[in-house]
Amino acid sequence: MEFFEDWPGYLDVAINWSDRLLEGLWTTIQLTIFGGLLAFVVAVVLGLIAGSPRAWLRVPARIIIELFRGVSLVVLLFWLMFVLPQIWMRADGLPFEGLVYNTFLLGVMALGINYGAYGAEAVRASMTTVPKGQWEATTALSMSWPHKMRRVIFPQAWALMLPSLTNLWVHLLKGSAIAYIMPFVSDFTAELNQLRRPTDIWFSHAFIGLVVYFILALIITLFMQALEARAKNKLGRGPSLLEILSPAPKPVTAGGAR
Amino acid sequence: MMSHILAVEVDDPTMVDEEEIEGSPFWDWEFAFEAFPQMFMAFLEVTILVTVVGTLIAAVLGLVIAILIMVLPKPLAWIVRWAANFIRMTPIVVQLIFMFWAFLWLDALTIGIIVFGVHYATYMSEVYRAGIESVPKGQWEATTALSMPAARTWRKVVIPQALRSTIPSLGNYAISMFKDTPFLLVIGVAEMVTVAGQIGAPTFRYTEVYTIAGLLFLAASYPTAVLVNRLEKRLAYAH
Repeated sequence: MEFFEDWPGYLDVAINWSDRLLEGLWTTIQLTIFGGLLAFVVAVVLGLIAGSPRAWLRVPARIIIELFRGVSLVVLLFWLMFVLPQIWMRADGLPFEGLVYNTFLLGVMALGINYGAYGAEAVRASMTTVPKGQWEATTALSMSWPHKMRRVIFPQAWALMLPSLTNLWVHLLKGSAIAYIMPFVSDFTAELNQLRRPTDIWFSHAFIGLVVYFILALIITLFMQALEARAKNKLGRGPSLLEILSPAPKPVTAGGAR
Repeated sequence: MMSHILAVEVDDPTMVDEEEIEGSPFWDWEFAFEAFPQMFMAFLEVTILVTVVGTLIAAVLGLVIAILIMVLPKPLAWIVRWAANFIRMTPIVVQLIFMFWAFLWLDALTIGIIVFGVHYATYMSEVYRAGIESVPKGQWEATTALSMPAARTWRKVVIPQALRSTIPSLGNYAISMFKDTPFLLVIGVAEMVTVAGQIGAPTFRYTEVYTIAGLLFLAASYPTAVLVNRLEKRLAYAH
């Protein structure tokens, strides 16, 4: 266990490198947040379309979902990095030329569409779990599609889909570590791997990485659980966030307790 | 000393001779046919091997973890549970690098199989836990009434009933592990995507190899997913 013998020296190096480590951590956080936002948009759009009763809308959405889910994240990443720019190389004057060479953006895209396709399934499934009476009631009230989605169906589906979205976001954070093999993207894993060279202490760099990723994953989980509590509270099921966080919880009364 | 192993070589897409690219076709069938056999061999020899052995390890170890959390005294169970959470919530990529440096004397493929097996075992343990909890309380009470020893209760009563409902989820995790195998490239295992990169590198022709890689993943994972889905429906119906 060299790490435990050499740890003072290791800490010195880690502190000297802390600027780069923090920069890498920031890149990882950005990948996770932007990737997560893109994944959310992809998930909601594809999920709504895939849940449509019209076949001409549903079938293409299903094909896109299976395609983005079925090819592995790494293959998708490499495809975006190596194959997509070739189209721009062959045809001059196509727009967005800067974007296809921006490896950070490509990383965000790969994470976003891969996990977004998984999320689309969660969105679609949670829509179908909203009780049928709710759908019928909106029809009876002749609500428009955007109106019923925003006011009736989505808020209920939202509370149901949040646990899956939490899992997927943690998966996305974990998947973002693969971005370290991309040129010009120095995420946390990449910086840690750089740190290995000056320290020459076996595996401690990776262990610190594991702990940091674990903390990030816990933060995501806590944040999403707060969102879930809020969503349930808005539906009238369960206490509000303020009640949960207040230092002196109200005494639980019989009947009202869950 | 061994740092060259982990120095993953990924070409820089901006450092290409654009003239050369513009002259070549976007898709070259001849090159695709040349690349396919090598990639398919790597697919069978590494990707499938890691998935199958990794799934077996995960299926067994996951059950062990689930049972340990239930039968161990509280503080020990708490430690096992959080160790499992720790493994589940940290990236496989970093775990691979960690294990690679911690066990330099093992070869990278073995490390990969172990890491995938243990990582997915922590997922599967959650599935087993749910399965065990779904066994009706009356079954437990009946074994107590028959004064069955604990080991026999688990082996003959609880686990057979718990396993049934877990099979589809285990299948889904196997598929998910299968799609994660390209992560092995960070420790230099020659799995399919790594081989694809090696074939494409000398001429910077990546269109064919990465498209084939994607299609192979799709061709293997989609039918399996459909089968698992069907199994899930059938099991749900039978209950």
